[in-house]
Amino acid sequence: MLRKKLASLGIMALLLAGLVATSQTVSAKEMSIQERIVAGKKIAWNRRGGNCLACHVMDNGVLPGNTAPALMMMKQRYPDWNDLRAQIWDPRVRNPNAFMPPFGAHRILSEREIDLVTDYIHSL
Amino acid sequence: MKIKKWLASLGLIGMFAVSSVSAKTDPETDRVAFVDYFKNRHSGVEMSAYMNGAYALNQAAYDEWLSIEEFPPYELALGEGADIWNTPFANGKTYQDCFDTTPEDGLRAKYPHWDDSRKQVMTLELALNECRSTNGEKPFGWKKGKIASLSAYVAYEGRGRAIQVSIPNGDALVAYEMGKEFYYTKRGQLAMSCADCHVYNSGNRVRADMLSPALGHTTHFPVYRSKWGAMGTMHRRYGGCNQQVRAKSFKAQGPEYRNLEYFMAYMNNGMEINGPGARK
Ligand code: HEC
Ligand code: HEC
Repeated sequence: MLRKKLASLGIMALLLAGLVATSQTVSAKEMSIQERIVAGKKIAWNRRGGNCLACHVMDNGVLPGNTAPALMMMKQRYPDWNDLRAQIWDPRVRNPNAFMPPFGAHRILSEREIDLVTDYIHSL
Repeated sequence: MKIKKWLASLGLIGMFAVSSVSAKTDPETDRVAFVDYFKNRHSGVEMSAYMNGAYALNQAAYDEWLSIEEFPPYELALGEGADIWNTPFANGKTYQDCFDTTPEDGLRAKYPHWDDSRKQVMTLELALNECRSTNGEKPFGWKKGKIASLSAYVAYEGRGRAIQVSIPNGDALVAYEMGKEFYYTKRGQLAMSCADCHVYNSGNRVRADMLSPALGHTTHFPVYRSKWGAMGTMHRRYGGCNQQVRAKSFKAQGPEYRNLEYFMAYMNNGMEINGPGARK
């Protein structure tokens, strides 16, 4: 009986946490560009997120891999933000044998996460 | 003469019927191209060094490997493997009764091979476990523990011999083709093929891990891996590399991995067996 009560309390707590989390999930458009860059960097650097450092030298990240071009001067190389986003979404469009994972097409990152990562990479 | 030609064309038709992809496949042409690719990619690395995996590619890594080999972490497994091999089954028979070659005479080098009566690739571990079943013993687990120790013992006793995989007929060629296709197919959420890491990016680093070249991959299994803190078979490693790209792994000793091993071992023909190995 007590067990059951505790279990349902636990579920309640989870639900509440979920509510708090969603209310904190502001849509990317409501954040300032600075906030978006910070959030994007977090996702890009996270090993369970973008893990971009596994392959790219970027932004003074430590222990980067070296299978991919360095990400720098991105605005010069991608004047159009949408082109950059497309590359991160699915690099196979430009190169069918791309080594880079299709972060959007394979749902490794969500739409919103890709927006934020693109904001961050575009700032490098 | 005419009959020969006619028979040959029948053979060809037979092959087409089994697999339309293998019409032009010549494994030996594949192998030569494969070896040349790595010779070009890592010029200066001796052919004989490839059996040392990523450690072959630079001096610092090689020195690290030498120091590991001074106190080989697979030594315990060798002892256990020898004990298992030499202990008769409950029915009084031994492992040796299942094989016509002894470990010292190069049992390791007989695998993988095409078993034409069963129309499948046979691997050393499969043969060892089937030997147990035939003699009324429970097979070992397939990826680690006793099977790896036993395999390590057989590999060690057969060190120094050359890998010499043959592809005797059209059916075997189909198995080779399937293994080859597996190797080059992107899979998993990360959409990567074995070749993406171990052919096109060998010698490069993913984070701090240097990717080893595919050439030499089958010379030294099973391996003691520090990350596992234990021995593992080839198929354990396959499973790990599949999961790494968030793909589902296949069953150890199932047809997918046996065909894969057949292809990979063929690519290593002529290289020296130096198992068991030790890796990070
Ligand atoms: C497993 C390796 C790998 C990972 C992880 C990876 N990339 Fe890449 N990336 C590559 C490679 C290799 C290329 C070169 C192009 C190709 O393969 O087609 C590339 C190209 C790019 C390009 C185009 C660069 C140019 O010069 O045009 C961008 C932008 C990019 N990656 C961003 C990212 C971002 C952002 C992440 C993380 C969310 C990421 N990459 C993760 C391997 C990777
Ligand atoms: C995302 C990159 C990646 C992919 C894809 C990948 N591997 Fe690996 N593999 C590694 C890394 C990293 C290691 C450990 C370092 C090394 O030895 O290369 C490794 C190690 C190995 C080893 C052991 C090498 C040795 O010297 O003992 C084998 C064999 C192997 N991989 C086979 C495969 C096969 C077969 C596939 C496809 C089913 C595959 N790998 C796919 C990254 C990868």
